Amino acid sequence: MRRFYFVARGVAWRSVHNTIANPAILLPSLIFPLFFLAAFAGGLSRIADVPNFHYAPGYTAFQFAFVFLQSAAFGGVFTGFSIARDFDSGFARRLLVSAPQRSGIIAGYALGALGRWLITAVVITVAALIAGMDVLGGGIELVGLVGLGITMNLVAALWACGVAMFLRTEQAGALIQMPVFVVLFLAPVYVPLSLLTGWIHAVARYNPATVALEAARGLIAGSPVKLALAFVLLLAGAAIMSLFARRGLASAERAG
Amino acid sequence: MSSSGLTARAAGAGGPASIALATPSLVEQVGAIARRSVIRTFRQRALLVFPLVFPLILFAINGSSLTAARKIPGFPDVSYRDFALAVPFIQGALFVAITAGTDLARDIESGFFDRLALTPLRGSALLAGQLGGAVVVACVQSLVYLGVGIASGVGIASGFGGALVLLALSILIAFGFAGLGALLALRFGTGEAVQGFFPLLFVTVFLSSSSLPRNLIKADWFREVATYNPVSYLIEGIRSLIITGWDGQALALGFGFALALSAITLSLAGTAMKNRLVRT
Repeated sequence: MRRFYFVARGVAWRSVHNTIANPAILLPSLIFPLFFLAAFAGGLSRIADVPNFHYAPGYTAFQFAFVFLQSAAFGGVFTGFSIARDFDSGFARRLLVSAPQRSGIIAGYALGALGRWLITAVVITVAALIAGMDVLGGGIELVGLVGLGITMNLVAALWACGVAMFLRTEQAGALIQMPVFVVLFLAPVYVPLSLLTGWIHAVARYNPATVALEAARGLIAGSPVKLALAFVLLLAGAAIMSLFARRGLASAERAG
Repeated sequence: MSSSGLTARAAGAGGPASIALATPSLVEQVGAIARRSVIRTFRQRALLVFPLVFPLILFAINGSSLTAARKIPGFPDVSYRDFALAVPFIQGALFVAITAGTDLARDIESGFFDRLALTPLRGSALLAGQLGGAVVVACVQSLVYLGVGIASGVGIASGFGGALVLLALSILIAFGFAGLGALLALRFGTGEAVQGFFPLLFVTVFLSSSSLPRNLIKADWFREVATYNPVSYLIEGIRSLIITGWDGQALALGFGFALALSAITLSLAGTAMKNRLVRT
């Protein structure tokens, strides 16, 4: 256990340090959710005028919930890029040889993803508040919101870690980020689920990201909905993705 | 050596000391690099499928999710799917940028670029050749997007001729973005940095008239941003061919910005290439 912690701490520190030390890596993960918040909350605010759209905190908060969770997921995705790069540069192979407890590598990258996202989460929350976002939820609800973000980040980081370790090339970037993007966008991003029609409504209804998104919006509105279900689904996702990441690590070990 | 465009020839029968290397022409240099770029791009089929399919998935999602936008007074009298079809062409161009940039960055990181710098290869040939694979991908993507759009019931208001112009414009746009990808690769030298820019490039699509016509955007600041965002005009140029017909102003702006994008990114990439070769 001590060796696991030792490896995880080292990998996590390196991941966070590289992120902070390299603006070309840090800035996109900060600016991207800010732009999304601006684009959705600003450009599509007219959508809130559509009949039967009701969300008490307003359209900015409605979109903040999405961007918050999306940034959490992309904190994991960006870490996947770093892992792929470590393989391309040969660092990951040296890490595999030197780490006394290799599963600590996955934990380290996951912790690095969390550290990376926490920076982003603070920035976008401050930006949304400056932009006049109304938050009707109290302290407990906001803790729940952060908890949702952390578990979302963990699921995405483990997914990204698995893909990066299976493919071991930076070209895996598209494959890492696109499924995450698609799953998130198959949730009710622009309007509530009740206003979606056709096939998108059917898909969004059964999309786990919808539950997480509705729970996040409920927390911001101060009236939690589907919170337990959201955590159960996200934790189940994390469990499945940890197995996937472990298999990715085994694949990398076999490749040498 | 013929595959690299270099030829060794014996000057007379004087033996090893008389062997000279002939520098290949610029066309040969571009051809050799472009051939490698195209082959490498298409060898990564699994990684090509997602960039091709992803814009179509978003087209399907947004085409349905934003159907409610048609209830906004003043929205064009077309289905939201018709209105949204222009967007995949731009998103596809962004993927071309990332593919081109990542490939070039990988060459830099792996040291292949350094080895090329030791050959008589010109920087301009290296740049143009590297973009060859990107242009081929752009052609395939544009044909697929147009085909899927038509198959899903979207009508091209400008007809067959308009579809050809649409293809030409979308390929030109992709070429411009590929130059941007090359610039990022040369500037930062890592694939991670290039891929990290993807979301930023993607956001330029969202900060444009991609989701709503500019005159229907409610927030003043957003309407201003969309008006100054060149991507709006790229989208509107393509969109005009789909939902309006032949709109000279929209096409002039679309082609004008696409040409400007290509000229600016290629010229900056050329300068970055020179700097990197000097450093090498």
